[in-house]
Amino acid sequence: MSVEAYFEGLAGAVDRALAPGERHAISFSAEETDFVRMNRGKVRQPGHVAQRYAEIRLIHGSRHASHLLALTGDTNADASAASAAVAGLRDVLPQLADDPHLLLPDGVDSSSETRGDPLPAADAIVEQVLEAANGHDFVGLLATGPVFRGFANSEGQRNFHSIATFNLQWSLYHRADKAVKHSYSGLAWSAEALADRIARSVEDLALVSRPPRSLAPGKYRAYLAPAALQEIAELLAWGGFSARALETQQSALAKMRIGATLDPRVQICEDIAAGIAPAFQADGFARPANVPLVADGALVGALVSPRTAREFGLDANGANAAESPEAVAMSGGTLAMRDALAALGTGLAIGNLWYLNYSDRPACRMTGMTRFATFWVENGRVVAPVDVLRFDDTLYRLLGDNLEALTSERELALESSTYGSRKLESVLLPGALVSEMHFTL
Amino acid sequence: MRSVPMSREKFLPPSGLDADFWSLRFVEEVGESFCVRKNVPQPFTMATDRGVMATVYAGGGYGYAATADTSPRGVQAALERAAIWARATARYAITDSRTLPRPSPRGDYASPSIDAALPTRREWYELLERESLEAGLDPRIVDWEALVDVRQATHRLVTSEGGDVVQRFRFLYPSLGVTAHDGGITQRRSLNGDRGICQQGGLEILERFRFHGSGRRVAEEALELLAAPNCPSGRMDVLLAPDQMVLQIHESIGHPLELDRILGDERNFAGTSFVTPDMFGTYRYGSEHLNITFDPTRAEELASYAFDDDGTPAAKTWLIRDGILERPLGGAISQARAGLPGVANARADGWNRPPIDRMANLNLEPGEATFDELVAGVEHGVLLETNSSWSIDDSRNKFQFGCERGRVIEHGRLRHVVRNPNYRGVSAVFWRSLARVGNASTVQVLGTPFCGKGEPSQTIRVGHASPACVFTGVDVFGGED
Repeated sequence: MSVEAYFEGLAGAVDRALAPGERHAISFSAEETDFVRMNRGKVRQPGHVAQRYAEIRLIHGSRHASHLLALTGDTNADASAASAAVAGLRDVLPQLADDPHLLLPDGVDSSSETRGDPLPAADAIVEQVLEAANGHDFVGLLATGPVFRGFANSEGQRNFHSIATFNLQWSLYHRADKAVKHSYSGLAWSAEALADRIARSVEDLALVSRPPRSLAPGKYRAYLAPAALQEIAELLAWGGFSARALETQQSALAKMRIGATLDPRVQICEDIAAGIAPAFQADGFARPANVPLVADGALVGALVSPRTAREFGLDANGANAAESPEAVAMSGGTLAMRDALAALGTGLAIGNLWYLNYSDRPACRMTGMTRFATFWVENGRVVAPVDVLRFDDTLYRLLGDNLEALTSERELALESSTYGSRKLESVLLPGALVSEMHFTL
Repeated sequence: MRSVPMSREKFLPPSGLDADFWSLRFVEEVGESFCVRKNVPQPFTMATDRGVMATVYAGGGYGYAATADTSPRGVQAALERAAIWARATARYAITDSRTLPRPSPRGDYASPSIDAALPTRREWYELLERESLEAGLDPRIVDWEALVDVRQATHRLVTSEGGDVVQRFRFLYPSLGVTAHDGGITQRRSLNGDRGICQQGGLEILERFRFHGSGRRVAEEALELLAAPNCPSGRMDVLLAPDQMVLQIHESIGHPLELDRILGDERNFAGTSFVTPDMFGTYRYGSEHLNITFDPTRAEELASYAFDDDGTPAAKTWLIRDGILERPLGGAISQARAGLPGVANARADGWNRPPIDRMANLNLEPGEATFDELVAGVEHGVLLETNSSWSIDDSRNKFQFGCERGRVIEHGRLRHVVRNPNYRGVSAVFWRSLARVGNASTVQVLGTPFCGKGEPSQTIRVGHASPACVFTGVDVFGGED
């Protein structure tokens, strides 16, 4: 039985468990994943995880409660468990108050989407990877297999999203913390593409293996590669674009509502159409293909969840409960990526940033570290890898007053963290050249 | 805990399983979350998670398979799948699994007051509503919430060598936070941070942290911060309160001492460590006042247990004694790989992730000074309370941390409150500036349920008990002017 048919059966069981006047909404998440952890060109931990979860919400009037349930995959056993969950929630509802912020879809908008070709067996991929990395200190993770998301409610709406992806993240180490990091992720595996990327890692490793340079704290010109800009985007995703956080002054971008701006070339949107996330969210609301967030350097939108829409009188726009972007995209500029070092001239070429956090959230001042392939560049040529540096600067300077150029090419990166489950988030970002970046340690 | 099988015969492996060793780790966790935000009860959520991880050593390889199907058929299928992975990767294995320990632990564990009654759901909401109503005391309070998470878990580990361990836990995370805004300034104040209060036990946890009445108290401090000046900049002494010490210990002692980081497993994600294997036994990590223990025996602390997830018995162990580094945080497999002693800290965050080296309870042992004596010893400095920002390099050396609240100390006396306090330093030298350690009266037992690490990623519960401590000559600064 397909997972979609299984989910349909589960939804039917919950339909049948309802009493008069009750409604339900189910958010479903499942995956069949092979995880292979590697270190020093060897296998550290290989394994398989099969998991299915359903969050079943029972609604009566404006009272509601939900139960997140691990499911076995056995149709009958899980139908019984789901029915029992409904009965349990029925006992809970009288203990709860009415929810003034409950907002449910006002129509039925069903969908079904399947993406991705069959992937090679994970052990075959591992063999290719370790052979390609032969002789190098290779460390990383392969995560591969299908991921499923679903939604169903008692009004008959059914949404299902099935996608088979692989995500290989690796680093090649020279010594201590001197390393290069790359990834190969997507929907269609190619042994040739893998070999090309690992060959590029090996080339970069030669640069990292040069004698390192320690720079004193200070202000330097810098080129932020897309992977470095990704860390900034992910920090901003932590409430920055949340309508609730903006309304309650907790967003790091709150100053943009009272006039603060970025460089007019900065355009940011939630671009679901360009990513791999489903076109529906956990409450059953459809997601627009594109939600503008920053246009011409000004904040023009926010991610609005159903609860926030009700609380603040806004229009919901398909955001998840945390109001964090799942497919954030930033428009490119005019600088060809191959010309980035020449445009930098003398300064820092930063391949990756790491462990960002706010040092003054209302000012959108952030701190973080350089990591992996970060180089000192003179006259457009790499001179030496740089020992890690801490920066502390505001977004308004980095992507505002000090932004010199954005690259015309953008890179798509699929989310690699796997807390609890594999994620279907992505970012699509250019590189950024800045005239000055403040390093403090 | 109806799904954790209690009959060993139900999950004996199939007769055809050709393995050197196998284990089954059943985990069931149920939780309920209650939250009142801006006087509005938030949707009630509960969760039931259950499953089993099979681990197999075969042909020199290691493999695992995790499934929520805990039926005999599901368990057998998982064992077979784990064995397939072990054999398929044996020739690439970083360690020959035939050389690894094959544990046979026997025993059990239960959290303190695990079966004591808790409030009904309605009573939880009433309790939280009272704090919420008290917190919303001023129009400048723009957002606030009071919440509690209740988690109950049962772990059972069974091994082919006759091991059989059952551990039962109950965790409570009461939390309260307030955001104040006025005149372009936003400040957030909380009760010991977001889920900083997280312990094993029952209602006594709320009493321990004066949760009742905290709504007004925290809100008043948030308003006080709105009117406070920016934290001064300069090199000065800092007195770190326990709810900042726990973060300092966690990031700049706990993570660098994890043996899997030292062995390189984490280099692609969480990072490496400035600590190297040759340092153990001789390296001066901090001043003579620094004593760090791995202590899974402190009953109320979040990560107390009797056995880790590989079945190693857990005991209190010194990691740093009088400032000298003695041993890493490494479980049995990492110890075998590194040839170093370690502790019982191989832990997984659920049934669907394999055990790796984690902090558990990592504590700084108290000294002799009262809080007043700590303050009196500072000529020019700042008291820093409650972590709000954390960042550290991938070797766990260059850090920068921010706090919710500061108080200037001049000539041995606490002065005015300051906002946006931050400080930065380097782990390898910072701990050597530890000048004075508070006594037991200054200790708080805190922690976090959200320590992230691992490939695949895991979020695990960690406890930290610490007194207040004074450090000298620290680079302190405030927010954007």
